Amino acid sequence: MQEALGRCVASWCPGATGVTNAARLSGGASQETWSFDIVHPDGVIGAILRRAPPGYGAAPSRAAGLDAEAILMQRAFDAGVPSPRVLHVLQPQDELGTGFVMARVEGETIARKILRDAGFAEARPILAHQLGQVAAGIHGLALAQLPKLRHMTAAREIGELERDYRSLSWPRPVFELALRWLRDHDPGPSSEVTLVHGDFRHGNFIIGPDGVRAVLDWELAHIGDPMEDLGWICVNSWRYGEIDKPVGGLGTREELFAGYQGAGRQADPARVKFWEVMGTLRWGVMCCGMMQRFRIGPERSIERAMIGRRSSETEIDLLRLLAPR
Amino acid sequence: MQDEPTPEELTRGVADFLRNDIAPLISGHNAFKLRVAINALDLVTRQLRFEEGSDAAEAARLSQLLGQQGSLGELNRALADRIAKGEVDLRTPGLAEHLWQTTMDKLAVDQPNYGSYKRELGAK
Repeated sequence: MQEALGRCVASWCPGATGVTNAARLSGGASQETWSFDIVHPDGVIGAILRRAPPGYGAAPSRAAGLDAEAILMQRAFDAGVPSPRVLHVLQPQDELGTGFVMARVEGETIARKILRDAGFAEARPILAHQLGQVAAGIHGLALAQLPKLRHMTAAREIGELERDYRSLSWPRPVFELALRWLRDHDPGPSSEVTLVHGDFRHGNFIIGPDGVRAVLDWELAHIGDPMEDLGWICVNSWRYGEIDKPVGGLGTREELFAGYQGAGRQADPARVKFWEVMGTLRWGVMCCGMMQRFRIGPERSIERAMIGRRSSETEIDLLRLLAPR
Repeated sequence: MQDEPTPEELTRGVADFLRNDIAPLISGHNAFKLRVAINALDLVTRQLRFEEGSDAAEAARLSQLLGQQGSLGELNRALADRIAKGEVDLRTPGLAEHLWQTTMDKLAVDQPNYGSYKRELGAK
């Protein structure tokens, strides 16, 4: 791998003399993330490769695709949204599959550390506001400059969720109640249609002691109602026990909205609530999907099996939203 | 009748062994996977302890709500179906209480440390 990366880097990084410290970070069989260092006379350049290995070209239907992700990340960077700079989009002659190389941004993505470690004590009080600003930056990207993405509406999202839930063929009265609620409260097409990150939550933010340094993982990016991103980050599952701080366990909705409005965009709290309910149900259905993947194999991961047993967490959160006691 | 020790005693014993004697010897990603495995055994232990009682109570509530008899799976399917059709909703007497109790009983097995669950338990 290191040799292939070295050849690839030599083709677009003048002066680079080699690659060291190549290490696989995460991902499944179809999607890999590698960290490596580019050796250069001006100093070492930290880099990340995100790729589908040769033979794993096709992305799942919801995914934007790695080429689209690279363009989105670069557009975000150009517009001043905290984002890693894209260094290179893989070409066939790289023989590394499809994907791209980006600059490595130092910082933390693990929510529990961001929410508890002393090193982030000064960042925590400002993060909810900052995330509002960052979301506004994403939603402000010019649609004409974006790659081809799926167009989503609330009605279409409800339809997909219902299909995914029914395919599990396991009765869940609380999910049924949530589906009915979503249908009855569908706010209709958004007057504003923008780029939506699609997975705007802990795990996809690189945070430093100074605040948000980068937004990652544009895999679920699409065109739709911008309030979807603000609702998704308020889903209780991303609060990691800090249940009175709706924005990722960091702060209030008001702080998030203030940051969003300060960057020149208007938040719609009622739509945000709708998308929070949708997001809670979606995470619940995704947990059930993890259980299925465990059951079907071939990777019989106990971790996935146990995530399946987290779907009841979303049921209590749905009841707290829809039928508070 | 099967002999003792009970399944609950066995899963608890294995989980305690892994937690106290094996976990300290393991590091890195395998330590993480071992913690997940221990969590799974703890979940099974809780389910073995609580399931019989909570299932019986859930079936009784469902029969009352739906006015029909059946297995727990059949009754849950019937309720899911009626909610989907809009025949039953939160204004239906007993539905909210039933869903809350059923969900609390699930969390007691699945994730008794979940923040929302602990909050609702305290609020009761």
